[in-house]
Amino acid sequence: MSMNGKPKFAMYWAASCGGCEIAVLNIHEKILDVDANFEVVFWPVAMDAKYKDVEAMPDEAITLTLFNGGIRNAENEAMAHLMRRKSKILVAFGSCACAGCIPGLANLSTREQIFEAVYDGVSTDNPMGLRPDFQWAAPEGNLHIPEFYPVLKTLDQVVAVDYYMPGCPPESHQIAAVVDLVIQALQGNATLPPTGSVIGAGTSTVCDECPRVRNVKTIQQFTRIQHLTEIDPNLCLLEQGIPCNGPATRSGCGALCPRANAQCIGCYGSSDSAFDFGARLMTAFASVIEGKEPAEIERVLDTLPDPVGQFYRFSLAHSLLRAAPLVLEEEEQYATHQH
Amino acid sequence: MMSKINHSTTERVGVYVCHCGSNIAGVIDVEAVAQWAAEHLKDRGVVIARDYKFMCSSLGQELIEKDIQELGLTRVVVAACSPHLHEATFRVACQRAGLNPYLCELVSIREQASWVHTDKHAATEKAKAIVSGGVERVLHHTPLDPLHVPIHPATLVVGGGIAGIQAALEIADAGFPVYLVEREPSIGGHMAQFDKTFPTLDCAACILTPRMVSIGSHPNVTLMTWSEVTNVAGYVGNFTVTVKKKARYINTDLCTGCGICQEKCPKKVIDDTFEAGLGYRKAVYTPFPQAVPKYPVIDHVNCTYFQKGTCRACEKLCPTDAIDFNQEDEIVTLQVGNIVLATGYDLFDARRVAQYGYARLANVFTSIEFERLSNAAGPTNGNIVLRDGVTVPKTVGIIHCTGSRDRNFNNYCSAICCMQSLKFAHLVKERTGATVYNFYIDIRTTAKAYDEFYQRVLEEGAIFVRGRVAEVTDASRMPNEEGKLIIQVEDTLAGLQRRIPVDMVILSVGLEPRRDSHEVAKLFGISCSSDGWIIEKHPKLDPVATMTEGVFVAGCAQGPKDIPNSVAQGAAAAARVLGRIQQKEIALEPVRASVDESKCSGCRICNGLCPFNAIIFHEDRMVTEVNPALCQGCGTCVAACPAGAISGTVFSNEQIFAQMEGLLLHNIEHPPLTEGVLA
Ligand SMILES: Cc1cc2nc3c(=O)[nH]c(=O)nc-3n(C[C@H](O)[C@H](O)[C@H](O)COP(=O)(O)OP(=O)(O)OC[C@H]3O[C@@H](n4cnc5c(N)ncnc54)[C@H](O)[C@@H]3O)c2cc1C
Ligand code: SF4
Ligand code: SF4
Ligand code: SF4
Ligand code: SF4
Repeated sequence: MSMNGKPKFAMYWAASCGGCEIAVLNIHEKILDVDANFEVVFWPVAMDAKYKDVEAMPDEAITLTLFNGGIRNAENEAMAHLMRRKSKILVAFGSCACAGCIPGLANLSTREQIFEAVYDGVSTDNPMGLRPDFQWAAPEGNLHIPEFYPVLKTLDQVVAVDYYMPGCPPESHQIAAVVDLVIQALQGNATLPPTGSVIGAGTSTVCDECPRVRNVKTIQQFTRIQHLTEIDPNLCLLEQGIPCNGPATRSGCGALCPRANAQCIGCYGSSDSAFDFGARLMTAFASVIEGKEPAEIERVLDTLPDPVGQFYRFSLAHSLLRAAPLVLEEEEQYATHQH
Repeated sequence: MMSKINHSTTERVGVYVCHCGSNIAGVIDVEAVAQWAAEHLKDRGVVIARDYKFMCSSLGQELIEKDIQELGLTRVVVAACSPHLHEATFRVACQRAGLNPYLCELVSIREQASWVHTDKHAATEKAKAIVSGGVERVLHHTPLDPLHVPIHPATLVVGGGIAGIQAALEIADAGFPVYLVEREPSIGGHMAQFDKTFPTLDCAACILTPRMVSIGSHPNVTLMTWSEVTNVAGYVGNFTVTVKKKARYINTDLCTGCGICQEKCPKKVIDDTFEAGLGYRKAVYTPFPQAVPKYPVIDHVNCTYFQKGTCRACEKLCPTDAIDFNQEDEIVTLQVGNIVLATGYDLFDARRVAQYGYARLANVFTSIEFERLSNAAGPTNGNIVLRDGVTVPKTVGIIHCTGSRDRNFNNYCSAICCMQSLKFAHLVKERTGATVYNFYIDIRTTAKAYDEFYQRVLEEGAIFVRGRVAEVTDASRMPNEEGKLIIQVEDTLAGLQRRIPVDMVILSVGLEPRRDSHEVAKLFGISCSSDGWIIEKHPKLDPVATMTEGVFVAGCAQGPKDIPNSVAQGAAAAARVLGRIQQKEIALEPVRASVDESKCSGCRICNGLCPFNAIIFHEDRMVTEVNPALCQGCGTCVAACPAGAISGTVFSNEQIFAQMEGLLLHNIEHPPLTEGVLA
């Protein structure tokens, strides 16, 4: 317990877009409860604090840490270890920390390909063809910037995680509910779920919360939603050929997207019982496409735009495949090099 | 989120590694595998690990039983052959010793290791990993009880050729009801088209028609000709079959089979089916005089009244007013416990071997055409003549293996063509005295009395030329070739090219699966090979069963064969069915899918997928349920459910992932695997 007797709270931002931080602030007046019940000791987005302040704390001094973002570089990893050591409850907060999310899609490209896109892209003026140098012997001494890893990892691939809170970003009402639960638990009025659980989400899938009417399905062709002139507002989107990820995506968002006439893109990740989100969804889609002959099946499948984006947008780094073979090879070489 | 090995277990596991003679022990160091399991899998519950010469022998089984009783084993892993072969054996052994049979796991180190590897060290390491996977998996097994379902005593036989007839009669004679569904207007199949049958040369009709008549009059047989099965639902013991009875336009209650309509019908049609295109029938017809049933059908595609609106001659002249132009197709639903498929074969289309000139050169005949020519009831009254209908050939060439044993067409041997060609050689000699040449690759006369028949035909003076015919042509080069068909062939025994002029060529075309065999297989929920022949459960040990419980196969539907073998299979299938019926109920594997309602979102992805119609959707609660009596545990829905709400007993995610972790040796501290294995 800290000086004012309140449990300590921290939030950290690794490889992610920042939306998760906004989502926490977006819990409106509930944020006052956070302040009332916790002492915020570390939250780079909201307040000034230094890494060394955290390092100085005794181990497990922080009661609750929300860690968002994936592990892209050495700094992210060092902070993951540090926050793990200093926290009683470490939550993988948001899809990046849980499953890799959009930054994880870079696992399809080698480091050089990533650098090429960033440092030589059309919008970049880099006449000297500069690349980051992770170490630099300056006259004043050795300088380094955090090393960029070949593969983006999820938080639980580098440290043990207590809870997972999916969503890109997690829905504010769910965050509020989790904050509430932790407060209640600290006051002895509730018990926390077993370690390793997913919190702030449902156990079923988005279809469960979706009001659209569904039938036995057969899909003749997939269409990008923007290419349709008319969408039946009451009928299941998948049945209209719009590749909706609702059937495989964990419930908890309240089916926001399908309610707004847009397909679920899967940001809440897979439900408890599915091992690999993309593989699950692929078999599901493949099971209901029309066609018995290989050529016919091929034709329907060819109408599905961007398969990786469709099936692994949020979970590539946490999938069975994790990354493209070339990238995994690079990771292996990197690891041997380190030893 | 990922499944992790739970490192504590209270189970007591026995591991048994089989030598299978030298089948396994020849490649795998079985003792080392057992020793390794005893040492390294001790923490995983293994209390005993043994190797033994033949685990499936009674002594091997007793070993397991004894350990269960004396060491209190709660789980058993046998590392031997494929579960296909001996899973039941070891389950029953466990049961005898008082252990629930489903707590036994058979892992294959024969098919999956010793038979497919030559590197002994690597194969041994792989066998260890396979054992480790089995141990992890068996820890997740739960005791199960088989499901008992009653067997409906009626049987459906599909196809009324000799195989189907035999099966139907055996079952009916044993006192049980049979529905025989035949697509054509009469039963009889191909055999009804033949004159004589090899090797005994009995008259086909004389031996076939008595059986056909028995079918027609048997109190236990419901014969449905001119009919086809359109849907099959349910499962072994309880199939619901939908049959479409095509309109005959004949009121069979009134028709006496007098044949006046056929006689008077003015519309002649070339008979492509029964007469193989050599003869005519009428628009109202029975395919042949001894047809069963005796009632004709009106072929509405060719009937003048149906096409032009006038005629009705048959209606006017029918003495019993049996003609009914208003008849419609009828849909009948049948309940049966078992199904026998005896749909037979189709013939290879001789036009595909363009160089043999069929359909281009008039006097090139197919085997089935020759059968009709030589048939006393056929279009020429049994006179073997050329296409002109009068000229008797002086020389005849019979080409074996047309379309068979040929990489361009079918690789397989059609099994009957050698004998059928010898039969033709004999008939030509006997009826015309012509010189007969047989062009063959190999003579295959392996069954009883077949080679004797070959000797007889040799003695009768038929000439045999060994070599695949290159071409049949009418382009003559020499005076003696004029007006003849010339057979160009390399005589491989004499080592020279020969040109042999003949008057008539007979192509012994191969047997092929029915053109619709893939659709038929799908309808009945069974599989066929890529060729299209129905796949039997085991080619040696279970030749008339299929992979689908309650569906059997007999005759040429399973592969080319002669009449004796077709009849034997028909009888064998009947015996299997009767065995089932006698038991009155059947114990089904308790391998079933079930839905966790709390996880089902009602997305309905799975709803249309079950091949056994076991999936029910509850609109009110928006959840799916699996009917365990209908579910066959095929796993289709389990794989499809994107929410992971459906689980299959014995194949749960937990079990499969645990097995994988075991295979990867994630369950032991320091995997002793050498590099390269499993990498
Ligand atoms: C030219 C020739 C000569 C031969 N001579 C001899 C011989 O002398 N001796 C000998 O032992 N063997 C001979 N054979 C082989 C013999 O024909 C077969 O062994 C035998 O006919 C196989 O009988 P089956 O009942 O399996 O098939 P089939 O005779 O083909 O009968 C199958 C039946 O099923 C029906 N059917 C098919 N599909 C369906 C469906 N979907 N629904 C309902 N009904 C359907 C068909 O109409 C047919 O009536 C000869 C073969 C050929 C080609
Ligand atoms: S697939 Fe999408 S649109 Fe259809 S029911 Fe599920 S969430 Fe709703
Ligand atoms: S009505 Fe048709 S079947 Fe009858 S006699 Fe005329 S053509 Fe033949
Ligand atoms: S696929 Fe799964 S979630 Fe969808 S209806 Fe079937 S059981 Fe329910
Ligand atoms: S596993 Fe599923 S699809 Fe297969 S039989 Fe059972 S319910 Fe039907």
